[in-house]
Amino acid sequence: MRVPLSWLREYVELPAGVTGRDVAAKLIRAGLEVETVEESGLTGPLVVGKVLTYENEPQKNGKTIRWCSLDIGKEEPQWVVCGAHNFEVGDLVVVVLPGAVLPGGFAISARKTYGHVSNGMICSSVELGLGDDGSDGIVVLEAGEGTPGDDAIELLSLSDDVLDIAVTPDRGYCLSIRGVAREAATAYGVALKDAADLPLTGSAADGYPVRVDDAAACSVFVTRTVTGIDAKALSPRWMQKRLQAAGMRPISIGVDITNYVMLELGQPIHGYDKARLSGDIVVRRAEAGEKLVTLDDQTRELDAEDLLITDDSGPIGIAGVMGGASTEISETTTDVVIEAAHFDPIVIARASRRHKLSSEASRRFEREVDPQLPRYAAQRVADLLAEHAGGTVLPDETVIDTHPAPAPVVIRGDHAARVSGAPIAVEDAIAHLEAVGCTLGAPATGATAAPLAVGVHSSSLNFLPAGITDPENAGCERFEGDDLWAVTPPSWRPDLRDPNDFAEEVIRLFGFDNVPSVLPKAPGGQGLTVSQQRRRRVATALVGAGLSEVVSYPFTGAADFDALGLPADDVRRTTVKLVNPLSDEEPSMQTTLLATLLRTAERNVGRGATDLAIFQTGLVFLPKADATPAPLPAVESRPSDAEVQSLYDALPAQPLHVGVVLTGALAPAGWWGKSRPVSWADAVQIARLITAAVGVEPTVRNTELAPWHPGRCAEFSVDGKVVGHAGELHPKVCQAFGLPTRSSAVELDLDALIAAGPESITAAPFSSYPVAKEDVALIVAEDVAAAAVEAALVEGAGELLESVRLFDLYTGEQIGAGKKSLAFALRFRAADRTLKENEVSEARQAAVQVAVERFGAVQRVG
Amino acid sequence: MSGPNTEYDPVEVTPLHAVEVERSRDEALDAFTKAADLAALQEAKVAHLGEKSPIALANREIGALPPQARKEAGQRIGSARKAINEAFAGRLTVLEAEHEERMLATERVDVTLPWHTPQLGARHPLSLISEQVADVFTALGWDVAEGPEIEAEWLNFDALNFQPDHPARQMQDTFFVEPAGSGKVLRTHTSPVQARSMLTRKPPIYVICPGRVFRTDELDATHTPVFYQVEGLVVDEGITLAHLKGTLDHFVVSMFGEGLEARLRPNFFPFTEPSAEVDLKCFVCRGESVGNPDRPCRTCGSEGWIEWGGCGVVNPRVLRACGIDTDRYSGFAFGMGLERTLMFRNGVEDMRDMVEGDVRFSRQFGMEI
Ligand SMILES: [Zn+2]
Repeated sequence: MRVPLSWLREYVELPAGVTGRDVAAKLIRAGLEVETVEESGLTGPLVVGKVLTYENEPQKNGKTIRWCSLDIGKEEPQWVVCGAHNFEVGDLVVVVLPGAVLPGGFAISARKTYGHVSNGMICSSVELGLGDDGSDGIVVLEAGEGTPGDDAIELLSLSDDVLDIAVTPDRGYCLSIRGVAREAATAYGVALKDAADLPLTGSAADGYPVRVDDAAACSVFVTRTVTGIDAKALSPRWMQKRLQAAGMRPISIGVDITNYVMLELGQPIHGYDKARLSGDIVVRRAEAGEKLVTLDDQTRELDAEDLLITDDSGPIGIAGVMGGASTEISETTTDVVIEAAHFDPIVIARASRRHKLSSEASRRFEREVDPQLPRYAAQRVADLLAEHAGGTVLPDETVIDTHPAPAPVVIRGDHAARVSGAPIAVEDAIAHLEAVGCTLGAPATGATAAPLAVGVHSSSLNFLPAGITDPENAGCERFEGDDLWAVTPPSWRPDLRDPNDFAEEVIRLFGFDNVPSVLPKAPGGQGLTVSQQRRRRVATALVGAGLSEVVSYPFTGAADFDALGLPADDVRRTTVKLVNPLSDEEPSMQTTLLATLLRTAERNVGRGATDLAIFQTGLVFLPKADATPAPLPAVESRPSDAEVQSLYDALPAQPLHVGVVLTGALAPAGWWGKSRPVSWADAVQIARLITAAVGVEPTVRNTELAPWHPGRCAEFSVDGKVVGHAGELHPKVCQAFGLPTRSSAVELDLDALIAAGPESITAAPFSSYPVAKEDVALIVAEDVAAAAVEAALVEGAGELLESVRLFDLYTGEQIGAGKKSLAFALRFRAADRTLKENEVSEARQAAVQVAVERFGAVQRVG
Repeated sequence: MSGPNTEYDPVEVTPLHAVEVERSRDEALDAFTKAADLAALQEAKVAHLGEKSPIALANREIGALPPQARKEAGQRIGSARKAINEAFAGRLTVLEAEHEERMLATERVDVTLPWHTPQLGARHPLSLISEQVADVFTALGWDVAEGPEIEAEWLNFDALNFQPDHPARQMQDTFFVEPAGSGKVLRTHTSPVQARSMLTRKPPIYVICPGRVFRTDELDATHTPVFYQVEGLVVDEGITLAHLKGTLDHFVVSMFGEGLEARLRPNFFPFTEPSAEVDLKCFVCRGESVGNPDRPCRTCGSEGWIEWGGCGVVNPRVLRACGIDTDRYSGFAFGMGLERTLMFRNGVEDMRDMVEGDVRFSRQFGMEI
């Protein structure tokens, strides 16, 4: 809502000299979101001039300029060059003189142009900061609008500041000058003139015939009729100016007046050309197949839920959203039927969404309009039509009003004090509520406070506001011995329903700044959960290993899955999709972190970071085969446990994963030697680092899975459950993502790992007896996993074995094709004695024996 | 034991002659002194202390002496050998020290050279700031609560008093999950975690909820469709707006420094009533840039305050929908955008830097923000 300060001043006696910025600051403190204050930035001299003479002078560049003399109230005429042609001798124009500054910082001086010295210029609407008036030329004033030499700034209210207010959904009334004026009056503590307070001349009878078939959707419908208007009359300049300042384009007298009244009062108005109406106006829901050409010349298919304004010809408007083209006021209109109605906010909101049509009217109706406004708004439109378009206002008036009167809400006098914890005296609370427009009275006998007044019945209220020593009797001088009040909200505040709504009004006028600051004492928590702690440890470990954390959007699509080389039937291609994705190419939520992390890697590599070590933690979204819609239980009470459970169950599984991508070299070439390129083993090692950080000992084996290299993919499992993979990426995947060959990656289910972590670790004693070291080299078939051989040694060596470590791997002619030699270092130690030589050699032999039996291993000697 | 050989004349045994012994000793001392390095010293040691050294040979002659002469000769040889040994040890210490010094000098390196093990990596600053916020509140005894990113529409909206056709619901620019009408959305704020907390916990509830949220905004310098929020929720007996202010003041001081405070400006949110915007006293100029054109402040635009987030007293309708006894309990909630916090706190100028995953953005922070 754009609010010109001059318009506001019409209804609020703002102190002299206050600026738009001053008012904005006050309104912000009162809870209005003033986004910008536009200051005109215009300084004079700017005067009214009368065209005395002009010469048309064609120029080489094809233009024709006018060399004009102007009467600006001085003895000598003012000579200026003007490029426009939309004026004649005798016209009154707006002349800016040297020394002035026009909006936008455009400084004016006498200057030589087209062979003349131009002492200023004649101004267009745009140059004056008034916006485009559609004239394609300079502003020509009406005869008698001013006299030569008059200050045009004052005449045209040009130095007007304009406040742009983002109106929150609960403050529909502030989509009007009337509503903002009320807030400004309260903020400054000055008198308010209600813009809607005007004499009604209608008879409330004999108006244009109207029938409302859906009173719930349309509770008020008022019409007035104005006859004999001149639809070609020009809107008065001040009205055009205000419409422009408010962000609307002047169109015609009929449209301008309805817009003007809507901005002023907040009531959307529709005007019909009476001659083009046929039969009664009927307000009803649409029927199947009905269509309407709206004012914007769009043909709209109507929905059975649409509320329509109709006549005998069919639909003539979508109620509260937009009128139809067939009955609109045109240049030939003489008689106008003015409609001012009250529509249900939800009906209008749905229609507006359905037709993707957000109009000035629908924006207001959606936020609910004061149901008492229609008669006054129709009157105001009629009066303005009579005044500026020469019409005659008939006393005939249709008034249909089934809107229920606002019901009083019973609240405690100290409710706002209890909600705020601030010492708000009851008298002040009363004054604030009245300033908002509420009426206060004694509640009916036996009434109790309305529900949803949080905590008011608490016997353990541990914080009583200072200054309220006896809350039970606060306010008793006004309502003898009773601290419950019946508060009736004003008609323009349908948002005031619950006790806290009223408390908010009181507190904002009391001032949020005056509320004390008290840190509440929590009962004592248990710190971070095990899961939260372990996630931090994983991140810290990865950072210690030289990896950097990145973030990516979780959106993905078939192109990513193709690039990952996922087979057509890969489960990861089954995704949760969005109805309205950012991009049609990425309609899915990620099922693997690598889909998005590899794109992030690609971006980094593309920006020159070829040696990359990055990680990310994030949710993946795994659809359920039997996905059901999530229910929408009522909100008047807590859903049952079963309903809550069904809410949770309807959601896809969303485990937290950790992903790692390594590219290029782990260490570059340097004075120490060659570079150390990333390999599959680095990825596996980082996966082991992650499992170690959460205290889990994984089982690792070879597997084949996209996007990894089929021979270089490690499957990690814990307790028989696969928790992720690590290894080198498939060469095609590296290519598809523009990564260096041998790039490697890890993806692990962090939630599963964390869940598998130990509850606690019990310390084991360790021996101080000497260690005995034995090496053993075993020749096995090439496809036997080193880890399996190691496991065999551990199994065979028995309790005396302290540790085993593979320290050499050999393949070659010496041991024959298809074989490999694995050399292990074994360490033996007993808890209670120094081991004897024969004990060690026996244990070693037992270890080897298992490997021999299991894998046909042959000991390599020498 | 036999008696002393009084007939023996020690002079006839030349090596044991006092002059000879002294000469051997002096030669040894001289050789050690002249030994320029450890190898030379070793040679001298063999020559003067070895098995064939004069002093060793002389020692062997003692046995041939008559008993009465042995003692004297033994003392003479012993004292000479002691002197030689001491001289050797002294020289050895000197030469070893010289040797070590020389060797260490040759091993000098340039310690500013790079090495090939990985440097410390980096956390993303959004993670770091989330953890910092969590730490501030766990220190107050609050719990860190979490929830899923695909959320039930009921928890994201209805439970929070966003009515189905209310403009506030439309303003959230929601991503909806297929099929239309699935009742599932990408959460538009972390507030559903509050609803979950109230549905599953019993008051008193003190929780802080950091998390990633989604709105259908296009990415530009100040907007991103995927961003991080942190929200706090308290439900307890006798909770008031004053407690909200106290908590926010504490939060501001914890994150931005002593002497700062929060300011509330009335606003509207469906899930709180009363509702307010939270402003933060500018931690750079502390308000001194206001009306002071000589000292403009970029951080707050010389406004003295920085818009930070939203807050309010939990709307009793929300408490009711989540099964909290509104007769007994009240609550407050607040929420902030973490990207925005980083932007003004750490001078991040473009939202895109934070979300594009460029590793350079994280690396400039390391493990600190
Ligand atoms: Zn500042």
